[in-house]
Amino acid sequence: MILYELFSFDFLRVVWWILLGVLLIGFALTDGFDMGVGALLPFVGKTDVERRVAINTIGPVWEGNQVWFILGGGAIFAAWPPLYAVSFSGFYLAMFLILAALILRPVGFKYRSKRDSAAWRNGWDWALFVGGAVPALVFGVAVGNVLQGVPFELNDMLMPLYPGNFIMKLLGLLNPYALLAGVVSLSMLMMHGAAWLTLKTEGPVQERARAIGSVAGMVAFVTYILAGIWLAFGIKGYQITSVVPANGPSNPLFSTVEHGGSWMQAYADRPWIAIAPILGLAGIALATMGLRAGKEVSTLLWSKLGIFGVISSVGLTMFPFILPSSKQPDASLTVWDSSSSHQTLFVMLVCALIFMPIILAYTAWVYKVLWGKVTVEDVERDSHSVY
Amino acid sequence: MDFGIVELSRLQFAMTAMYHFLFVPLTLGLSIIVAIMETVYVMTNRPIWRQMTKFWATLFGINFVLGVATGITMEFQFGMNWSYYSHYVGDIFGAPLAIEGLMAFFMEATFVGLMFFGWEKLSPVKHLVVTWLVAIGSNFSALWILIANGWMQNPVGSEFNPLTMRMEMTSFFDVVFNPVAQAKFVHTVSAGYVTAAVFVLGVSSWYMLKGRHFELARRSIAVAASFGLASALSVVILGDESGYETTHNQKMKLAAMEAMWDTEPAPASFTLFGIPDQQARETKYAIHIPWVMGLIGTRSLTDQIEGINDLVKGSEERIRNGIVAYDDLLKIHEAKGDVTPEVKAQFEANAGDLGYAYLLKRYVDDPRQATDAQIKMAADDTVPTVWPIFWSFRLMVALGFSFIALMIYFFVIANWKGMQYPRWALRMAVIVIPAPWIAAELGWFTAEFGRQPWTVDGVLPTALSVSHLSVGDLLVTLAGFVAFYTVLFIIEMGLMIKYIKKGPYQDVEITQEWQTRHENRLAGRKNDPLVTMPAE
Repeated sequence: MILYELFSFDFLRVVWWILLGVLLIGFALTDGFDMGVGALLPFVGKTDVERRVAINTIGPVWEGNQVWFILGGGAIFAAWPPLYAVSFSGFYLAMFLILAALILRPVGFKYRSKRDSAAWRNGWDWALFVGGAVPALVFGVAVGNVLQGVPFELNDMLMPLYPGNFIMKLLGLLNPYALLAGVVSLSMLMMHGAAWLTLKTEGPVQERARAIGSVAGMVAFVTYILAGIWLAFGIKGYQITSVVPANGPSNPLFSTVEHGGSWMQAYADRPWIAIAPILGLAGIALATMGLRAGKEVSTLLWSKLGIFGVISSVGLTMFPFILPSSKQPDASLTVWDSSSSHQTLFVMLVCALIFMPIILAYTAWVYKVLWGKVTVEDVERDSHSVY
Repeated sequence: MDFGIVELSRLQFAMTAMYHFLFVPLTLGLSIIVAIMETVYVMTNRPIWRQMTKFWATLFGINFVLGVATGITMEFQFGMNWSYYSHYVGDIFGAPLAIEGLMAFFMEATFVGLMFFGWEKLSPVKHLVVTWLVAIGSNFSALWILIANGWMQNPVGSEFNPLTMRMEMTSFFDVVFNPVAQAKFVHTVSAGYVTAAVFVLGVSSWYMLKGRHFELARRSIAVAASFGLASALSVVILGDESGYETTHNQKMKLAAMEAMWDTEPAPASFTLFGIPDQQARETKYAIHIPWVMGLIGTRSLTDQIEGINDLVKGSEERIRNGIVAYDDLLKIHEAKGDVTPEVKAQFEANAGDLGYAYLLKRYVDDPRQATDAQIKMAADDTVPTVWPIFWSFRLMVALGFSFIALMIYFFVIANWKGMQYPRWALRMAVIVIPAPWIAAELGWFTAEFGRQPWTVDGVLPTALSVSHLSVGDLLVTLAGFVAFYTVLFIIEMGLMIKYIKKGPYQDVEITQEWQTRHENRLAGRKNDPLVTMPAE
């Protein structure tokens, strides 16, 4: 017997679909508060030392958090090569925007406090704002576009093509529904960043974070509901119309897909998935109330629950679709036809099972060592060694 | 196939990768040097070593962050600019990249925060462990990325699947233990160690010339010279191993590196100097050293090394086989695999040459319609442009040997001549600081430019690997990266120079306070004011 046949191909595909979700959620839960803090930075800190307090709450951890994003890229490459190939080239200029913003961020953290000039520091503060707010917005915009379908084609060599002018393609991504999804994502991560700052700071920084965060939470709550209603009544779904061999070769062109009906059909077929949006709304509502009430640990946990619910609701609604094509629906990428080979999925699962527990263990240890509030005195005392 | 897109995509990849590689070698080596210094500190409890650790760690941090930032681009660029490549080989190539994230990136990135922020929060031994984990994590990442790169040079453990139209993994073990990858890994990390050793040596020499921070400088030179000597030897030995692997796996690259147009009777001579002429297929003004090439390349007196002209003839043969495979592939794909066993068998017999048929796509949409003249042109395309490879390789080797000489010199004086460094030697050590970066970039260039016209040797041509973007897309991002990276580079160099000029926070003469503080820490007296004071 061949070792990798221990698990059937379709089982491994579903497992990797779940792991894809785990990585995206892991990224949003950890790097999400880094982005949130970046987006809040100019508003929660009025003086240099207040901003340094905010930056130093994430100073020791942002680097590890950002690896969730990089690993997300690597895992999509390894487990879903067609998704990696089509999505990043299809969203080309949007990806460039995200990369540029995310490159600004590490440099901003590290270099901001290395010179005393006010102009230098103020400049980097805005760089950190861009590095947090732009990706938070663009990730939501991307999800909004994926729900509507993306205009790509596959030719008979399975080569991804995207007809059209590059400027128009970028502008096409900025349609009203996608922008609404962008607002959901940005406000949700700002709420998450505020929850983090509430836990890690005190005094004026904490007060401002709570005030802005509770507004952001309310915006996230309302826009998420609006996006759901719009999805139910204004956006066509996708359905597989041919028989799908769930154990078949990963070739999107072997199945046929129709662009029609409603995504909400998923809730009729699998009513249990309604738990995801319910958790999302409950988490956001409780986190918002926690921010207002000044609760610290529980607010961050509710915020995490809200993000978990919102992201999983998107995945569960679309299942088995991962990246539908509006231009050539048959080319749509689904769980059944856009994975790696049976053996690669198995090998990568073994690697993930070995390393994920180790990663979670040492990450938890690092957070434990760093437990406690960052204060103005801390920043002033260790002025050389902190950001 | 729009050739402008191919050239722009290559330019962008070369630029972003070579830029990324300005920071990586120093990260690889300096992380270990810092960890060595901290080990000495923890073993001896002498504050000077703690001061050294913190000083070099500051420079490490400034460099590390740009390595991380520019690495983000690399992880996503395959999908953005090389989407057909990503589809075609992602099943194999993606795995080491993901494992790199799981095994290496998480480790280095999670602990690097504690390395800088944890001095007051961890015991000395725990902090030392954290520093070593950062160093090990960085080096693991080099391992996995070179396994990925090694597969592009020598695609083992995989086969083409006509139903999914891509390469798929058949043996993970073969991919990981690819001899090309293993030789490349040790060669590359050793080059990183040399880079860091030359950097530490040069900066310390500058302090000595200026008469500043003498205690820090002389100890740093001793560490750099010993570590650098071992690494410089390792670079050359594993470079030779890499070359030996190339003899077997990438004959065309080897022939191009040596500008060897015709097969010579064994053992072949080594061309020390010459001006390769691609048109005439000859090397002018060549100075040959008999036997040397044959001995290095094959480690025997009788094995032949094939010349470019013979290899081109072989390519022509493989293109013709590839056309047969291409025809069968379309039949299999159209019938969704439901074809006669004869077609399948014929496809499998020629599948190894399918990539050669794709070379024709540059001239004709359907390789089956190719004329003899087009096949001939495609076969000629398998020869990379020789002179840049020939020269960058020679320059790299010369630099590699000069680092050995430099390190031997400083090692001898550090150990047996009472550290009495003459001023000219110190000045030279400052001047050569950029040299290892030049050598590293030349090495990268030799390996990757020498792989052309393929992204994956013999499997997928570069021209086919790109994304179907527009020239506008590429110009926007290329201009964006150039502008953005230039600004970041200027800022980085500015900060590096500022912090080198500034030197360590305190000189060793006034560190009695540190000693008391260290003893208090060991005794667990946490509330002692000296534990948290003074700011360093």
